[in-house]
Amino acid sequence: MKSGSRLEKILAAGHFAVTGELGPPRGADVEIIKKKAEHLRGVVDSINVTDNQTSVVRMCSMAVCKILIELGLEPNLQMTCRDRNRIAIQSDLLGAYALGIRNLLCLSGDHNKFGDHPQAKNVFDVDSMQLIQIVKKMRDEGKLLNGQECEGKASFFIGAAVNPFGDPFDFRPIRLAKKIAAGVDFVQTQCIYNMDKFREYMKRVVDMGLAEKCYILAGITPLKSLGMARYMARSVPGLDVPDYYLKRLQGVPKDKQAAEGIKIAVEQIQQIREIPGVAGIHLMAIEWEHRAKEIIEAAGLLPRPEVN
Amino acid sequence: MEFSNWEKEPSNEPVIVAFCCMYCAYAAADAAGSMRLTYPPNVHVILVPCSGRVDELFILQAFENGADGVYVAGCEEGSCHFVSGNFRAKKRVGAVKKILSEIGLESERVEMFNISASQGGLFAKVAREMTERIRSLGIIGWNKS
Amino acid sequence: MVVAERKPIQEIMAMVAEYNKILLVGCKGCVTVCCAGGTKEVGILASTLRIARKKEGKPLEIIERTLERQCDPEYIEQVSDVIEKDGVEAILSMACSVGPQYMAKRYNIPVYPALNTTFIGGALEHGVWAEFCQACGNCIIHYFGGICPISRCSKSLFNGPCGGSAKGKCEVSSEIDCAWQLIYDRMKALGKLDELAKVFPVKDWSTSRDGGPRKVVREDMKL
Repeated sequence: MKSGSRLEKILAAGHFAVTGELGPPRGADVEIIKKKAEHLRGVVDSINVTDNQTSVVRMCSMAVCKILIELGLEPNLQMTCRDRNRIAIQSDLLGAYALGIRNLLCLSGDHNKFGDHPQAKNVFDVDSMQLIQIVKKMRDEGKLLNGQECEGKASFFIGAAVNPFGDPFDFRPIRLAKKIAAGVDFVQTQCIYNMDKFREYMKRVVDMGLAEKCYILAGITPLKSLGMARYMARSVPGLDVPDYYLKRLQGVPKDKQAAEGIKIAVEQIQQIREIPGVAGIHLMAIEWEHRAKEIIEAAGLLPRPEVN
Repeated sequence: MEFSNWEKEPSNEPVIVAFCCMYCAYAAADAAGSMRLTYPPNVHVILVPCSGRVDELFILQAFENGADGVYVAGCEEGSCHFVSGNFRAKKRVGAVKKILSEIGLESERVEMFNISASQGGLFAKVAREMTERIRSLGIIGWNKS
Repeated sequence: MVVAERKPIQEIMAMVAEYNKILLVGCKGCVTVCCAGGTKEVGILASTLRIARKKEGKPLEIIERTLERQCDPEYIEQVSDVIEKDGVEAILSMACSVGPQYMAKRYNIPVYPALNTTFIGGALEHGVWAEFCQACGNCIIHYFGGICPISRCSKSLFNGPCGGSAKGKCEVSSEIDCAWQLIYDRMKALGKLDELAKVFPVKDWSTSRDGGPRKVVREDMKL
C-alpha cells in the first residue's frame, strides 16, 4: 500500500473503481462545493478536483480537496504544470500531503489561450512526465528533486491522464509505458466515445503488459444534449466523437435528449466493463453532478464496496 | 524619383499618376492614341518595364510629392510578360491601401488595374473613371508644397 | 535570425508626435532579411510619416539612414554627425530592439523603437517567418530529431505530445504544427523511436533568461 487511500484500496482489492469529478467555483463560495460534493457521496470512490481547468481561474484544487476531506469524502488532487514552477510544485505537494490529500493526478494543463486570462505568462517549467518523476522521488526516496531529504515523506497514489484518441495514435501506448516508467500508479483516460478505437488502444496496452503495472480508469462524460455533443465533436481538442452519437441524439425530441444521454453513458460503462485491462471508470459529469447517481446505479455499480 | 511636370497644373484639378507596364498597359495607352480616344490630362503616365517593378515606396512618394490618386496598370492576370509581376504589384497596392487608411487617407486613392495591349478603350475608360473617383474624393490640398 | 515587424503606424505616430525633426535609422542585418527595417522599409515609413504629418499640418522632417547593424557601437557612431549637427530631436530606430537600446546608450536624445521584435526564427517561404528558438542557452534539439520542443511546442513539453494534439496540429491553433507529431515522425524515420520511450529529464533553465540576463565572453577575441 503506497498511500493507503480508499481509491488505492478499492483498486488493490480488485473492485471495479468509480471516480467522479468536481469543478471548483469561480470565486470563494464554499457552499457550491458542498452542494456538488453531496451528489457524489456514496456514488464514487474518490473525487477529482480540477486545477484551473481550461485555464480559467477557479478556487485552487488543494483548498477544495481539503474541504472534501472535511466533508468525509476522498479527493483526487489535480496538479498542472502550466501555472507553477518546480519550487511551487514541490511546495504544494508537501502542503497537500500535510492536509491529508493522498491521490494526485499529474497533468500538463490546458494552454492559457483557452482561458479567461490569455495574457498570462505560462510556466511549464516541467512537464507532466517529469512531474510524475518528482512525486515518485518524493514518495519512494523521501527526497526533493535536488536530492534534498524531506522532513517527512509524502506518499501519494500517483495518477496521470492519457488520451487514447490523440495523435499520433501509435505513440499513445508507448506514452503510457513512459508514464508508468516515470512512476504512475493509475491513469484516467480522456472521455471515450469511439469505443472501437478505445478497444484497439486497450488491446495494445494489454499486449505490452501495461494493464498489470497500472490501473486504467476509462473516462466517461455523459452527453446532456445534442448541443453538447456537437460542441464536444467540434471544439474540444483531442476528442473523438463519432457521428453515431450525434445521430442518436438528433433522433430524440429536445426534452428527451438528457435521458438519452444518460442511457448512452450507461451503455458505454457496460461496454467498457467487458474490455480487458480496464480497472474502473472516471465519470466526468461536469455541472451534472446530480445525475451521477442514476448513471452509476443503472450501470450496476452501486453500492460502492466497503474497504478498511 | 522626380515628379516635377505637374507643378504647373491648375490647383483645383486632381493629379493622377499611372504606373503602366511596357508590354500591356502602356501599349494600350498607345493604342488609345491610335484610336483617337481621349483621356483626361490629369493622368500622368509613367512607363515601367513591368507593373512588378513598382515598389510601395514609389506609390507613397507620388502622394508625398503632390499626387491625389495613383494607379498601377499591368497585364491581365495570367498574361504578365514576366509571369507574376502583376500579382506582386496587386499585393503591393493592397499594402499601400492599408497604409493610407492607417494615416487617415481613403484607400480608394490607390488602385490596381489589368489592361491588355489591345484594350485602348479600357485604358481610356480607366483613366476617366479614376480621375472622376479622385475628383469626388477631393484634392489632397495639403500635399501641394 | 531575429524576426521583427513594424509597429502599427498610429503607435509610431504617437511616439514622434511632439517632434519636428527625427532621425529614422534602419539596419541591414536581420530586419532587412525579414522585410521589417531595412533601407526599403525606412523609405516607406519615412514617406508615410511625412504624408501623415503634412495632413495634420505639422510637417515632420526625417533624416533617413540605414546602418550595417545597430548592435555594434562602431556602427552606432556613424550617425553621430547627424545627431550632433543636424538638430535632430529624437531617434526612431528600425532595428530589432537591440538597436534602439544601443542608440539610447550612445545618444542623449529620446530613442523610439519602430519595430516589435518577436522571435528567433527563419523563413518558411518568402514573406513568412516562424519561431524556431527560445535561446534557452543549452541546445538539445538533437535528442528530438533536430526539432526544438521548447520553442515549437506551445507547452515546451519534453515528453510530449499532450492530449490536445490532433491531426498534426496543436490545440492552441490549427496554424501551429504539433511539434511532437513532427518529432515523432522524424524519430520514426531515423529509426530512433525507442529513444522517445525514455523519460527526458527536467531542464536546467538557469542557462536561459530565468538565470538572469546573460553574457557571452570570448577572452581570446577581446583586444
